[in-house]
Amino acid sequence: MASLVMFPEDERLAGGERVAFNLYMITAAALFVLMMLIGLTMRTAQAKWLNVPPDLFYNLLSMHGAGMVGTMALATTAVMWFFLRKYVRLHLWAFVANYVLFMLGALCIIVSIFVGGYGALWTFLYPLPLDSAGLWTSWSAALFMLGYLLIGVGSLLFYLDAAAAIIKVHGNLGRALGLQWLFGGTIDPNHPKAVVASTMVIIANSLGILAGAVVLVMSLITVFDPQITLNALVAKNLIYWFGHMYINATIYMGVIAVYELLPRYTGKPYPISRPFLWSWAVSTVFVIVVFPHHLLMDFAQPRWLAIVGQVVSWGAGFPVFLVTAYGALANLYRSNIRWTMPSRLLALSMFGWAAGIVPAIMDGTIHVNLVMHNTQWVPGHFHFYLLLGVLAMVLALMFHEIGSRAHAPPNSGADKLGFPMYLAGGLIFVLAFLDAGHLSVPRRMAEHLPAWTFTDKLGSVGAILVVLAMLYFATRITIGLLKTPKPGGVGVGTPDTAG
Amino acid sequence: MILQNAVWAVALCGMGLVALVFIHVIIQAGKPADEAATRKSARTARMLQGWLFAVLLVGFVAGSWATLHRFPIPLQHAALPAKQVVEVVGRQWSWQITPATVQAGSLVEFRVTSDDVNHGFALYAPDGRIVTQTQAMPGYTNKLLHAFREPGTYTVQCLEYCGLGHVPMKTTLEVVAARGE
Repeated sequence: MASLVMFPEDERLAGGERVAFNLYMITAAALFVLMMLIGLTMRTAQAKWLNVPPDLFYNLLSMHGAGMVGTMALATTAVMWFFLRKYVRLHLWAFVANYVLFMLGALCIIVSIFVGGYGALWTFLYPLPLDSAGLWTSWSAALFMLGYLLIGVGSLLFYLDAAAAIIKVHGNLGRALGLQWLFGGTIDPNHPKAVVASTMVIIANSLGILAGAVVLVMSLITVFDPQITLNALVAKNLIYWFGHMYINATIYMGVIAVYELLPRYTGKPYPISRPFLWSWAVSTVFVIVVFPHHLLMDFAQPRWLAIVGQVVSWGAGFPVFLVTAYGALANLYRSNIRWTMPSRLLALSMFGWAAGIVPAIMDGTIHVNLVMHNTQWVPGHFHFYLLLGVLAMVLALMFHEIGSRAHAPPNSGADKLGFPMYLAGGLIFVLAFLDAGHLSVPRRMAEHLPAWTFTDKLGSVGAILVVLAMLYFATRITIGLLKTPKPGGVGVGTPDTAG
Repeated sequence: MILQNAVWAVALCGMGLVALVFIHVIIQAGKPADEAATRKSARTARMLQGWLFAVLLVGFVAGSWATLHRFPIPLQHAALPAKQVVEVVGRQWSWQITPATVQAGSLVEFRVTSDDVNHGFALYAPDGRIVTQTQAMPGYTNKLLHAFREPGTYTVQCLEYCGLGHVPMKTTLEVVAARGE
């Protein structure tokens, strides 16, 4: 059961742990700002407020996609590590190795894009990386893939360490997921939600990363020997299996922050339950088999795969609505919560995930996909639950940790201004994307028709507000994390100190 | 009704409903409950969760049946019931469409493939809305069936990013009134 103590002793960061956590969080905060500035540049270019040549636009699009997915994974890995280490013994070297490999991979990707001119997007859809019509070099495509491989190896190392640690305590991954309690028995109330969620991520994302490694190595071979060709449909399946799972894993790592932190701010216990265990067991399967919804417009795929894509996309909404968002709302209801930055962000994250899944489910419907696929509806729905959902989960932990150093949750006047700015900007930004999708505006285009620029302008205004808020958050977080903790007992906090 | 408008309305209602629930709970969150009220609200929450499950389940089954029983994608390895056939080849960065004129009112079979990388074959109606689409993938032919309701000049736009010339990769398809009309 999650603790009700605001800053418990077993979460205290000291020595190398503190350095590693600060590195993760400060790097992530800075990268989020940079990647948002790139996103803003693209939106304002589409709105015709800025002149960006198409080749540079696609460089920026490749950087924004790869950079945001990678940064989200880096930050949520830190969320998972921060809480999981309380329940099982993780090795700091694995956590640090993941950071080092991520940074090496990021360096490869940056050089590939801004020196080699790579512009085949974060999806590296075969055979586009090999077929640039002279726009980028083949070595830059190879370097991009090598960058992904380095990042994937880092994630796998971290997951292997976490899996070994979980198995040591719980016997096997099934018991860690709580499968023994699905049909009966007395649930151990102290079985940590962080262990359940982490186990799910380890199982699903390791499979996804392995699928990604297969297609990356296959693609690398074709870069060096173009006579060897791949089946484009098989490659696409592997890419989306990997890509969808990798970004989905960030939600499931990030939500650990909600499970752990929300009860401290509400002062109400948030016990584990059978529906909770069912939800994570079902989600483990769903997240592995849901990816065919990316290939609904590939009619050559077997019909049953398209049906699986739709049915599982719809079914994936059950655990979110019925258990996680509902459970968080039940915990919040009449709790007399004191609103501070972490608690505001926790509530926002649940709203962003739950509301963002509505347009996602709609797009996962084959009839709808026929007119919505590859329109701005798609970035609309995933920005909804990434920007207002997952990033809010990460920011909640960052602000909570700043509070831990000062022994009181942050709630300055600037915080009170920054939060609504982020919320309003985020909503304007994602609704502009969704409206553009409804108007059939295509995604991933360097230039837009004049008829499309209204929503681009609206989206740009939203993006400016988000960037300003995030710039403030990043500065506040960096300064807060670098401060030396105040002397005194870390575990002294109680829910009463939340104000 | 244009499908996109229906989707937009349903999505706005769904997101709005989620927002209202959150706003209600957030307003209530400031009102502390005593022990008895907490126990009562926990019981109500469990009951509501059961009802929510039932509603979602009914929606899931009914919605899946309604959207899947008339499957929108034709069988790819069978002869299709269309009198008009259009061969479509996408390549960086142009479309080859043969013939480029079809009749409204009856089914057209588009056989879509690519000579190089992945492209997206999307048909835009004269009012600027997508009417249907499929992927153009090297090594595969995707068969798309569509009956145009209205004559006019439709725009074919690439919807899968395919390199520098992705934006200008478009052409037109003329849809004329059926003979005898």
